[in-house]
Amino acid sequence: MLEAIQSALSFLPDGLVTLLIILLKIFALLLPLLGAVAYLTLAERKVIGYIQIRIGPNRVGPRGLLQPIADAVKLLFKETILPTNANLFLFILGPILTIGPAMAAWAVVPFDDGLVIADIDASLLYILAMTSLGVYGIIIAGWASNSKYAFLGALRSAAQIVSYEIAMGFALVGVLLAAGSLNLGEIVTAQQGSVVQWFMWPLLPLFLIYFISGLAETNRAPFDVAEGESEIVAGFHVEYSAMTFSVFFLAEYANIILISLLTSAMFLGGWLSPFEGILPESMLTGGALGLLLGSGIHWLLLKTAFFMFLFLWIRATYPRYRYDQIMRLGWKVFIPITIVWLLVVAAMVVGNVGPWFD
Amino acid sequence: MLENYLPILVFLVLGLLFGVGPILMGYMLGPSRPDSAKLSPYECGFEAFEDSRMKFDVRFYLIAILFIIFDLEIAFMFPWAIVLGDLGAYGFWAMFVFLAILVVGFAYEWKKGAMEWE
Repeated sequence: MLEAIQSALSFLPDGLVTLLIILLKIFALLLPLLGAVAYLTLAERKVIGYIQIRIGPNRVGPRGLLQPIADAVKLLFKETILPTNANLFLFILGPILTIGPAMAAWAVVPFDDGLVIADIDASLLYILAMTSLGVYGIIIAGWASNSKYAFLGALRSAAQIVSYEIAMGFALVGVLLAAGSLNLGEIVTAQQGSVVQWFMWPLLPLFLIYFISGLAETNRAPFDVAEGESEIVAGFHVEYSAMTFSVFFLAEYANIILISLLTSAMFLGGWLSPFEGILPESMLTGGALGLLLGSGIHWLLLKTAFFMFLFLWIRATYPRYRYDQIMRLGWKVFIPITIVWLLVVAAMVVGNVGPWFD
Repeated sequence: MLENYLPILVFLVLGLLFGVGPILMGYMLGPSRPDSAKLSPYECGFEAFEDSRMKFDVRFYLIAILFIIFDLEIAFMFPWAIVLGDLGAYGFWAMFVFLAILVVGFAYEWKKGAMEWE
């Protein structure tokens, strides 16, 4: 299909065609992503509603399905408040700096074998860099608001995010040890074979720590002290209204989806089918059944959806952690565990321990 | 090789535009009826008592410094992790010594109470 578009545009200069193709690819990724973000907010309210024996939103459209659109339109027509004492430039820069990296990180995410916008060798390093940039947006927003709640929320949030980033980084080093590559696509293909080959087995502690750190990184419950509404109202975005607020919201939910997708790609075999190595090869490749049971993007989306559901489930189940408990968990539990398990994984790699590293 | 990075650059610009666009649109479409109460910092309905750029706990600095050290270690371990399969036992023991030194520092900071929050 891409070739057809390329030849149809051949009357334009070469550089422009390349740019247009890139833009087309990016929009093919970003528009479904924005849709997923919008409907994740509805899913969150619905899931938490049912967990608390309520129905959740059900007024706008059939079964409340148009609720995200109504929310977006409402936010669009609200007044953008720019507080008098705020540093205006930084106040606006905060949300932009949060969403830019949250979107740009998706450039290197592979959805299927070769189905990736930028197939670079250092993709995991790039994702680590992009997700780390998000903390600048939060600090800048909290400081520029010139409000005590925002300031305290930003400090807490920044300290929490950087603390859990260490545990997260160590977990990533474990994945690199097991896969022997920084390229996300190669990390997924390194798990080929059967369910037993998935990295969640040799890296089980790192897998759990990565996901829990993901909860803390995105400021989600039970680690949502940054916006703990019962203590500091809404944390770093207390002064933000209308679209400036929704941009923060968009970034947070895009990050949730990204973390879920990365967890399934790095530990659960990404687009690889769980039936690999169990069912005979012929059933996985041929015909409609092969399309369904064989490896493909649908497995990646299914695994991602599972982790996204886990995010919501955890939020509805656990009470909020106290701040000192969060820091203790990050520094005194996760970091020691990850350091020890890194050595275990390294020993397994050097010793060619099967069935993963032989 | 380098052309693989062009989409990333485009993506970054587009990502920033995804922030600028909605904010601009919201600013233009929404009403603008500011008054002094609305624009004052939120403090539960009271007038702000003092400047909000106040003193804060020094432990936030400590966390930041420790973070820099540990994050550097992680960046340092990335290349090692990728080639460990080729390095073999020598690579393992070299990193073992390095991690041991790191753990000594970690234990020291633990003992000193740098990670205590009460």
